[in-house]
Amino acid sequence: MADKTFTDATFQQDVLQSKTPVVVDFWAEWCGPCRMVSPTIDELAKEYAGKMIVGKLNVDENQQTAGQFNVMSIPTVMIFKDGKPVKAIIGAQGKEAYKKAFDEALAS
Amino acid sequence: MYDVIILGSGPAGLTAAIYTTRASLKTLVVAGVKWGGQLQLTTDVDNFPGFPEGIQGPELMTKMRKQAERFGAEFVDDNFSQADFGKRPFAVTVAGKVYEGKSVLIATGADTKWLDVPGEKERIGRGVSSCAPCDAPFFRNKNVIVAGGGDSAMEEALVLSRFATNVFIVHRRDSFRASQAMQDRVFATKNIHQIFNTTIEEVMGEMKVEKVKLKTNPSDKSLLTKTPAELDKITAPLLPHSNLAVEGEFITWEANIDGIFVAIGHIPNSTLFQNIDVDEKGFIKVKDHYHTNIEGVFVAGDVHDRQYMQAVTAAGFGCAAALEAERWLEEKR
Repeated sequence: MADKTFTDATFQQDVLQSKTPVVVDFWAEWCGPCRMVSPTIDELAKEYAGKMIVGKLNVDENQQTAGQFNVMSIPTVMIFKDGKPVKAIIGAQGKEAYKKAFDEALAS
Repeated sequence: MYDVIILGSGPAGLTAAIYTTRASLKTLVVAGVKWGGQLQLTTDVDNFPGFPEGIQGPELMTKMRKQAERFGAEFVDDNFSQADFGKRPFAVTVAGKVYEGKSVLIATGADTKWLDVPGEKERIGRGVSSCAPCDAPFFRNKNVIVAGGGDSAMEEALVLSRFATNVFIVHRRDSFRASQAMQDRVFATKNIHQIFNTTIEEVMGEMKVEKVKLKTNPSDKSLLTKTPAELDKITAPLLPHSNLAVEGEFITWEANIDGIFVAIGHIPNSTLFQNIDVDEKGFIKVKDHYHTNIEGVFVAGDVHDRQYMQAVTAAGFGCAAALEAERWLEEKR
């Protein structure tokens, strides 16, 4: 499992106020492609440990946050830096595509 | 060195893998990042034999994969970047690693064909979607359009009808080509409405989809003599609209909409192959029972099939191509 689960209640503190960049995987039980992406996100959580916080947000249980960031398609993987979304990767992607986006966000 | 490298992991690729592994052929399935093919983007599959109560698309694919793994098929869940058929053995590159195969079976399937109109591409994931089972819950109590007239458009509309206020199927012809069973279900659903003879010309909106520009070619030509105010009264009462105008043979109008689900067909995934013969639409040409123009390269499923495009026909093609590959390898031995 990715090391973190975010909710509407914790989002402000755990994501928006985080000093470390945060990756949020917006997902839901009923989403087949989300289940495909999930193991990749778990691996990346390990690989980027210390550099980024990687976690998941269930859009069914946390509709407020999903709505706030205009998530209308899942999986959406969003990278937050200094309280702002800096990158959104929409749709299931390969590990390399996620790594590239993570690295770009870290370098920016 | 593999006896068979299978490119693709939909019903065609996985059925082929079940057959090749059971024939004791060393088999690699290059499954792709999004393994499982188009069925991963569906819900109820009611026409695959053996499941009298129906089965969920992703569950069916998981079962097929497990069946192939049971007989020893190896999988890489990544996309291939290159397939070199110019030398023997054939070489397939996946994430920088080269795999060699005595034969290759292409089962790369087909992907969503988008509308290709202004404003569409930049709003994919912002109201434009090709996967109702993935995205429908985001359109709870909203109005959505489904573009298309085949079985997949009907399925998208049915899934959306459980969440959206109203679903409007916009189709360019005056009737659907979907199966009768699917049409019956659509017509029996109160909040699904049909808009025939109409195409989507443009997708509009600030951050996300808010409006579409539509163009209708009315079967009743007398409508073309009416004033915009008259037309306004008889146009889709449940779909808020504006800017009606008669332009030659057509009526153009704009509709307020929150989402557009595109199901107008598929494009075969054949562009990555060099020297493989395809037809004018990109479907791989089949020679003499699932051979391609290159000896030792076989083909199965939607990447060559422009006729049926069913899970069960793809599985059947996968079986046939696997048996042909097996025979060909036997003869070469």
